[in-house]
Amino acid sequence: MASNILVYVEQRGGNIYPATFQLMHVAAELASKTGGQVEACVIGSGIAGLADKIAACGAKKVYLADDAEFESYRVMPYASALSAAIDAASPKTVLMPTTALGRDLASRVGARKRAALVIDCTEVDADGEDLIATTPMYCGKVSSKFRLTGDRLQMVTIRSNVYPAAEPADGATAETVSVAAALRAEDTRLSLKEIVSTTSGVKDVTEADIVVSGGRALKSEENFKIICDLAEVLDGAVGASRAACDAGYQPHTRQVGLTGKVVTPAMYIACGIDGAIQHLAGMRGSKVIVAVNTKAEAPIFKLANYGCVIDLFVLVPLLTQEFKKLLER
Amino acid sequence: MNILTVIKQVPDSNAAIKVKGDASGIETAGLKQVCDPFDEFGVELAIQLREKRGDVEDIAVICLGGDKASEAMRTALAMGADRAIHINDPKFESMNELFAAYTIAEAIKKDEQNYDLIVCGKYNIDLDSGAVGPALAEFLDWPHVGAVTGLEIADDGKSFTARRRIEGAEEIVECTLPALLTIEKGLVEPRYPSLPNLMKAKKKPVQVLTSAELPGVEASTAGTHLDSMTPPPPRPECKMIEGEPEEMARELVRLLREEAKVV
Ligand SMILES: Cc1cc2nc3c(=O)[nH]c(=O)nc-3n(C[C@H](O)[C@H](O)[C@H](O)COP(=O)(O)OP(=O)(O)OC[C@H]3O[C@@H](n4cnc5c(N)ncnc54)[C@H](O)[C@@H]3O)c2cc1C
Ligand SMILES: Nc1ncnc2c1ncn2[C@@H]1O[C@H](COP(=O)(O)O)[C@@H](O)[C@H]1O
Repeated sequence: MASNILVYVEQRGGNIYPATFQLMHVAAELASKTGGQVEACVIGSGIAGLADKIAACGAKKVYLADDAEFESYRVMPYASALSAAIDAASPKTVLMPTTALGRDLASRVGARKRAALVIDCTEVDADGEDLIATTPMYCGKVSSKFRLTGDRLQMVTIRSNVYPAAEPADGATAETVSVAAALRAEDTRLSLKEIVSTTSGVKDVTEADIVVSGGRALKSEENFKIICDLAEVLDGAVGASRAACDAGYQPHTRQVGLTGKVVTPAMYIACGIDGAIQHLAGMRGSKVIVAVNTKAEAPIFKLANYGCVIDLFVLVPLLTQEFKKLLER
Repeated sequence: MNILTVIKQVPDSNAAIKVKGDASGIETAGLKQVCDPFDEFGVELAIQLREKRGDVEDIAVICLGGDKASEAMRTALAMGADRAIHINDPKFESMNELFAAYTIAEAIKKDEQNYDLIVCGKYNIDLDSGAVGPALAEFLDWPHVGAVTGLEIADDGKSFTARRRIEGAEEIVECTLPALLTIEKGLVEPRYPSLPNLMKAKKKPVQVLTSAELPGVEASTAGTHLDSMTPPPPRPECKMIEGEPEEMARELVRLLREEAKVV
């Protein structure tokens, strides 16, 4: 019975998506319990060079679907390539990142392989042949543990930033295996025209270690500058509540919450955000939460580690100065 | 053009969720349930396509769920969908999304209507996963575009261009119909059904499918079993920082560095 773990390496333009290294950490933990080996799969064009980077993080074998067809992500060709890699590797478990692409691919390939699938796990653990996957449900109000039985392929996507990244070791190498995926006419009905950046050089909320968010209290786009300044000093991203986005103070790509993005940074600073349940759904997984609000009863303080009951227009610029002093030293 | 929108009844996002004593699920007695907000985006999109184009003939909604789910269907019908298909059988109730997608796919394959477009929400706010749309497309062997924020369908109704949201960027893709879309917030703003339309919705046809009509679907949660459900771990008590603004800023920065170690 196969007990290997296959990690899907998400890459764009030859850059490995950082969450991949967190998956490598999880894979190593699982493998040490089950006695399996850690393997990886990379799909793209001209990506053979990435194999070493993955090997350094513990992959013993790397399956490469390296073809001009895979230059840009299109779900059906990628699903075919990943399925082919799974056929070649016959792993017990496949780990993928909870990204737009990871959700897409895992769902399609999970369906194709009649796998046991759980999306967006915050914890995974082996229990004999089974895999135990913990995932938030009902807007994060509940945490569910699912048992993925060992009689089928186990597939999970793992939320970013809940596990540390694997430490690369120098000199490790991996055997590489190339996988070819025969594409059908169906697979190419969808084509990519263009990728437009929505961050204009700033970090996306889902990727940053620190997120500074503002709510309706900011009252205008111009006032958001104090939030942006604080984020910049901390090398973080700017987030916003739905009220702030709907009012046009920030683009919807920065909305955090149920109908926005789910973020799990090391620190989340909520300024003038009340803490509606739908906002909490998007940020309750943050490690450290700081709340700045004039209203001591604001629900955000129930979740926060540190609270300041004060006018944000007074405190935020002072915080920016203090961090500047600290970080420039 | 025939459009099918996939909808689900879910607990209202404002509702408090109580886990059953034996951790086997949530208490549903007295729980306020609604049509999933993302699915309302899908229904709204279908109706707007009808309003904009002359060629939308049929807008159907399909819903997998128990008797209570008829409320979500009524919302969709009152918004403007023509008819509903309700897959209702206790054997089909599960939290296994691939199984839900398979069941819905079987129902679509049985349906006499040929659909050009299937619309789902980006995900549902109960299971928070988004697997059903892509898996449904896979079972039908159709292409899909996930998290759509922009859509332009060609005049001939044969192809479309869509924008979709990914981390830090938007992809612009081209695709031929038939296809499945999952809808992100921001593409459309769902309308509130008016009272007269809610009344009219009661008269629209609802076709009910049970396991008798879908013999190919094996009722099973094969592969995934819920072990337990718990409230999320409690967070530590909030440390309130006092003092004059300057002191407050200094103290907070000190704690973040020395205690929390995040900067
Ligand atoms: C289906 C659904 C989905 C939703 N999805 C989301 C989502 O994804 N994300 C989201 O954020 N919301 C979402 N919402 C909306 C949510 O319910 C709230 O309405 C929203 O989060 C409120 O935003 P806010 O906290 O900025 O505004 P408010 O509720 O107006 O809160 C403003 C806060 O700022 C404080 N304040 C005012 N002035 C100052 C000052 N000078 N200094 C310091 N503090 C000050 C106030 O005390 C208050 O706490 C959703 C709602 C629904 C129904
Ligand atoms: N039981 C169900 N009945 C109908 N549609 C569903 C069901 N479960 C999921 N969906 C649809 O699939 C999409 C994604 O849901 P999910 O994968 O559950 O997050 C949503 O648009 C839902 O409408």
